[in-house]
This record gives sequence, structure tokens and C-alpha cells, in this order.
Amino acid sequence: MKILVCISHVPDTTSKINFTEGDSQFDKNGVQFVINPNDEFGLTRAMWFKEKQGASVDVVTVGEADVEPTLRKALAIGADNAIRVNTPATDSFQVAKELAKVVEDGSYDLVIAGRESIDYNGGMVPGMLAKLIKANFINTCVGLEIEGDKATATREIDGGKETLSANLPLVIGGQKGLVEESDLKIPNMRGIMMARKKPLNVVDPVDADKRSEAVKFEKPAPKGDVKLVDADNLDELIDLLHNDAKAI
Amino acid sequence: MSVLVYTESENGKFKKAAFEAASYAKGIADALGSSVTAVSFNAENTSELGKYGVSKVLEISNDKLSKFNADAYADALSQAAKKEDAKVVVLSQTANDKYLAPILAVNLEAGYAPNVVALPESTDPFTVKRTAFTNKAFNMTSISTDVKIVGLAKNAFGLKENETEVSSEAFEPSLDESDFSINVESVDKATNKITIADAEIVVSGGRGLKGPENWEMIEELADVLGAATACSKPVSDMGWRPHSEHVGQTGKPVAANLYIAVGISGAIQHLAGINASKNKVVINNDPEAPFFKAADYGVVGDAFEVVPKLIEKLKEFKANNA
Ligand SMILES: Cc1cc2nc3c(=O)[nH]c(=O)nc-3n(C[C@H](O)[C@H](O)[C@H](O)COP(=O)(O)OP(=O)(O)OC[C@H]3O[C@@H](n4cnc5c(N)ncnc54)[C@H](O)[C@@H]3O)c2cc1C
Ligand SMILES: Nc1ncnc2c1ncn2[C@@H]1O[C@H](COP(=O)(O)O)[C@@H](O)[C@H]1O
Repeated sequence: MKILVCISHVPDTTSKINFTEGDSQFDKNGVQFVINPNDEFGLTRAMWFKEKQGASVDVVTVGEADVEPTLRKALAIGADNAIRVNTPATDSFQVAKELAKVVEDGSYDLVIAGRESIDYNGGMVPGMLAKLIKANFINTCVGLEIEGDKATATREIDGGKETLSANLPLVIGGQKGLVEESDLKIPNMRGIMMARKKPLNVVDPVDADKRSEAVKFEKPAPKGDVKLVDADNLDELIDLLHNDAKAI
Repeated sequence: MSVLVYTESENGKFKKAAFEAASYAKGIADALGSSVTAVSFNAENTSELGKYGVSKVLEISNDKLSKFNADAYADALSQAAKKEDAKVVVLSQTANDKYLAPILAVNLEAGYAPNVVALPESTDPFTVKRTAFTNKAFNMTSISTDVKIVGLAKNAFGLKENETEVSSEAFEPSLDESDFSINVESVDKATNKITIADAEIVVSGGRGLKGPENWEMIEELADVLGAATACSKPVSDMGWRPHSEHVGQTGKPVAANLYIAVGISGAIQHLAGINASKNKVVINNDPEAPFFKAADYGVVGDAFEVVPKLIEKLKEFKANNA
């Protein structure tokens, strides 16, 4: 089984978000980048398929050279090969199209992507990719088993879960649950050394059209001060929630 | 040329998200000088949609679509959009809507903006405001394709009544085998519990509650308020509560009308995921907890004293206001 894990390179969850160039660009200054958490769960599940079922695991990112440390980290966790499509990622459809080319060239059976990237929160790339390559697509995936060319997946739905089955090729949008938090691996020294020698192939982009553009960013308006209520006067809280907030 | 809206239903009843999406679609239709056509799947009382500005409903009744199926639903919606020559398609952002949206976008060769929080800034170019960086910022997105798909964030627009005369017609999309290549084997869903996604009020507990045995009061508080229960990430990681209750940047997003956080410190990853809630209350014994900077209302105190008292007071309040 050939697995491709799509990795989005995102600001660390603790990052302060700022913008430059007239609020048109995200300010990368001083920001630490990481593997998108949803993708890290997917990558870890892919390592399980590698160990238990002999799968090969490649990772791919659409982005410029500055994403390479993130791909190296994925190699250090245990991926076999990394691919970087050499173009900035600016639109979900464009990214999906670039990834479609990579999947077709590599004839992957299973593509593991994340439910959403925590920067752009599009939740669009995996579904678009699946339909571009005419593969099955399962979103918000919290469990995945593969037997031969058949996949059984658990999907989180509002208020519960459902179990689905589908044939490969399959694209999933994964998240926590694919593996547990405690299964995530911090790369060890040996992994990091080996990652340096593993292939990181830079491929040219295809001519992908864009369908949307982020024209401007804005930060939320600063919030007013908290109204403190004395712990011995909870009637006041109820009054505020009822009359002020109209929430109860 | 109309604005098309997907109105999600469950067991024949529309979800609140469907009415909100319809209200929003009406806003766009007014800006474009057009009208709203809704698509419903096995819904019972489609005339209800007229209250929120829908003037026509394409009613799909099909047993094969009794369970949600992203491919088939997206295919049906694409056919409806083509039939109506819709240039704008409005969705909400439930788990199902988020699942089918990118498929629909490929089918219709449309650009898609998710998590949209307001009516378009302009319709030409078509520009909408959406959240980004998990609610740490907003982003103006312009869509350049002929057909545009807008995913409306929960509780961002609200319900707007707009009594409209509504006509309905049966719609039979032509579906084929490829729409059913994913099989639903089983569904495991608690039917009597309010979900975080649907809830108006969410009561959430953190590590400050010390252990799973102390969740009884959280559940009781939720019960009194008709709220869903949620928790911080470490609480679900330690197995005190199920993963499905984990909210935050890497968990479920919460966009409730009221979010009550008990014994939660207010880490940036937690706040990012719940910030879209309208009113936030924190109960914490440490006045320095960062949550107090993000909350609208706060009580500095021991949860084990405050919560039981609050439950009693709320019961009284409910009895007097019933
Ligand atoms: C990559 C990444 C992603 C993350 N994603 C998320 C996420 O999605 N969601 C999330 O929640 N976290 C997330 N976190 C974790 C986050 O950083 C915090 O560690 C977590 O939110 C803390 O949970 P807590 O507030 O329950 O616990 P703590 O930080 O331990 O806070 C407990 C609070 O309870 C208070 N307290 C103690 N006793 C009492 C009492 N008797 N009465 C009242 N109050 C009391 C304390 O004063 C304290 O403020 C993420 C972290 C990382 C690194
Ligand atoms: N630039 C990218 N390169 C590779 N994969 C990506 C990229 N952007 C998004 N993805 C994948 O698509 C998922 C969802 O991203 P998004 O649609 O941007 O929310 C991510 O979790 C990744 O798996």
C-alpha cells in the first residue's frame, strides 16, 4: 500500500497573529511553524500502517523553500520520502490541483490529509483533491482500518459517530482520534539523523487556477473588561445573563 | 437566477442552522435583486422556510437519501443549482455541510468561502468576511468564479424573519451508482442529548475539577440550562471525558450564545476554539487565570462551592420564569 500524507505547514498554536503590508499578508516574523496538528495525527496513523502492514509513506507540502524544516520533521517521525511542490499555497483549489498531480504521478492508494489546517481553517483541500482524482472521500475521520483494497472508517458527526466503508483509492480528512494524543512521537536523534539523508524531492507546480483570494486581514476588536460578580451574589450573575446578555 | 440554499434537516425536521442559512441567503438575494430557492431532503414541513425569506423549495423525497451521504447530496445540490441557474449557493457549517462543500465546489467549478460571518462586503467582486487562524483574525476573501459557495458560520447572522409566500415543487435529481460508493455501516448517536454543534448554551469543565467523579455538577448545571457539556483538551486526553467533548483549536469549535467555563485556565488554544461564542462566563478560583481577560462575566471562587449554588439559584429562576 502506498500512502501519501498531506502536510500543511502552520503557525504553532501559541502564535500571536499579526499582519503586514497593509494587513494583506500574514506576518511570519518570529513565528514558529509546525506540522498542522490534524496532519500529525494522520502521519502517526500512517506510521502504524507502515509498521504493521508494510505500507510506504510519503509526505507532501505545497509551498516555498521555507516549509522544508516541517517536511524534515515528518521524515524524522518516519516518513520515507518527502515531496515539495515548489509554489506558494494561496488558494485551496490551487493546492488541491497541485496535490492531485502528485497523487496521480505516484499512484497512491491512500491519501491522508487533515480535517482542516489551523491557519486558514478551510477544510477544503482534502474533499477537492478527492473529487479531482475521482477517489472516495471521508471527512472528520477519527478511525481508519485498511484490509486489502477496502477501508473502514469512523467519522465524527454532530453528536456522535458513524462507521463507513469504501474502496481504495481513498482520501481522508483526519483529526485527533485517528491515534491518541499519547501516540504522537517526538522525533528522536536517530530519526533526525536519518531524515537528513532521506530524499526531499522538489517538483515543479502545474498551472493551477485560483478561485478565491484573501484580500485583507483584520484582527477582532478588543474586548471590553470582564464584569466580575461576587461568589456570594450569584443572583446578580443570573440577572446579567438574563437581562444584559439575554442568554438565559 | 436565484440564490440557492441547502436546508439541512434531521428526521424530517429542519435544523436551526437551516433557518439561519435561509435568512442569510435572503440577505444576499436582496443585494442581488433576486430570490431564494431552498433544497430540502426528506423534510416534512417545507413551508416553514417561507418565514425566513425562501420563496421556492425544491423538495427531494428519496429513501436512498434518508441517511446523509456527501457525494449524493452534493450531486443533488449541483443539479438543483444548475436547474435554477444559481450563481450563489449558501450552506451552513455543520459537520455534514463541511463535508459536502468541497465536493460541491468541484462539481460546480465554484469558489468556496467557509466560516463566513457577515453579508458580502461587495457582490462585484464578490467579497465576504470570514474567520481565519481559528478565530484569532478575520479575512476578506474574494471569489472570482461564476458560481460562488458561501459557508455561513453558526450564530454569526442569526434568524431574520422575512415572511414570504413560498411555493414548493418535487425535485428528483438523477443519481447513479458512483454517488453511493461509500457505505454507511452504522450510526452511533445519542438521540436524547443536546450536541455541542446545535447547543445554544455550552457548559464546559477543565482540569480544575480534579477528576471525572466531579462532573455530576457540570451535568446538572447543563441540565438546568438545557445546555451541552464540553471539556478542555487535557480532560479528554486523561480520559475523564470522551474526545467528542474536547473543544478548542484542535477540538470542536463552539459558537454558542452562552459558554460557561468552569475550572478552565483559558489557554490560547482553548480560547481560539470557543471565542466565536457570544457570551462567555468563567468560574475560576485564580483571579489571574487568563480566561478572565477573554470572558464577559466572571466569578472568582471555588467551583465546588459556586457551581452547586448557581444550580440552586438557576432552578429558582427557571421556576419563577417558567
Ligand atoms: C498543539 C496544542 C493544541 C492544543 N489544543 C487545545 C484545545 O483544542 N483545547 C484545549 O482546551 N486545550 C488545548 N491545548 C492545551 C492548552 O494549552 C491548555 O493546556 C489546556 O487548555 C489547559 O486545560 P485546563 O484549563 O483544563 O487546565 P489548567 O490549565 O490546568 O487549568 C485549570 C484551571 O482550573 C482552576 N482551578 C483549580 N481548582 C479550581 C477550583 N476548585 N475551582 C475553580 N477553578 C479551579 C485553576 O486556577 C486553573 O486556571 C493545546 C495545546 C497544544 C500544545
Ligand atoms: N499547502 C499544502 N500542502 C499540502 N497539504 C495541504 C496544504 N494545505 C492544506 N493541506 C492539506 O489539507 C488539509 C486541510 O487544509 P485546509 O483545506 O487548508 O483547511 C490539511 O490538514 C492538509 O492535510
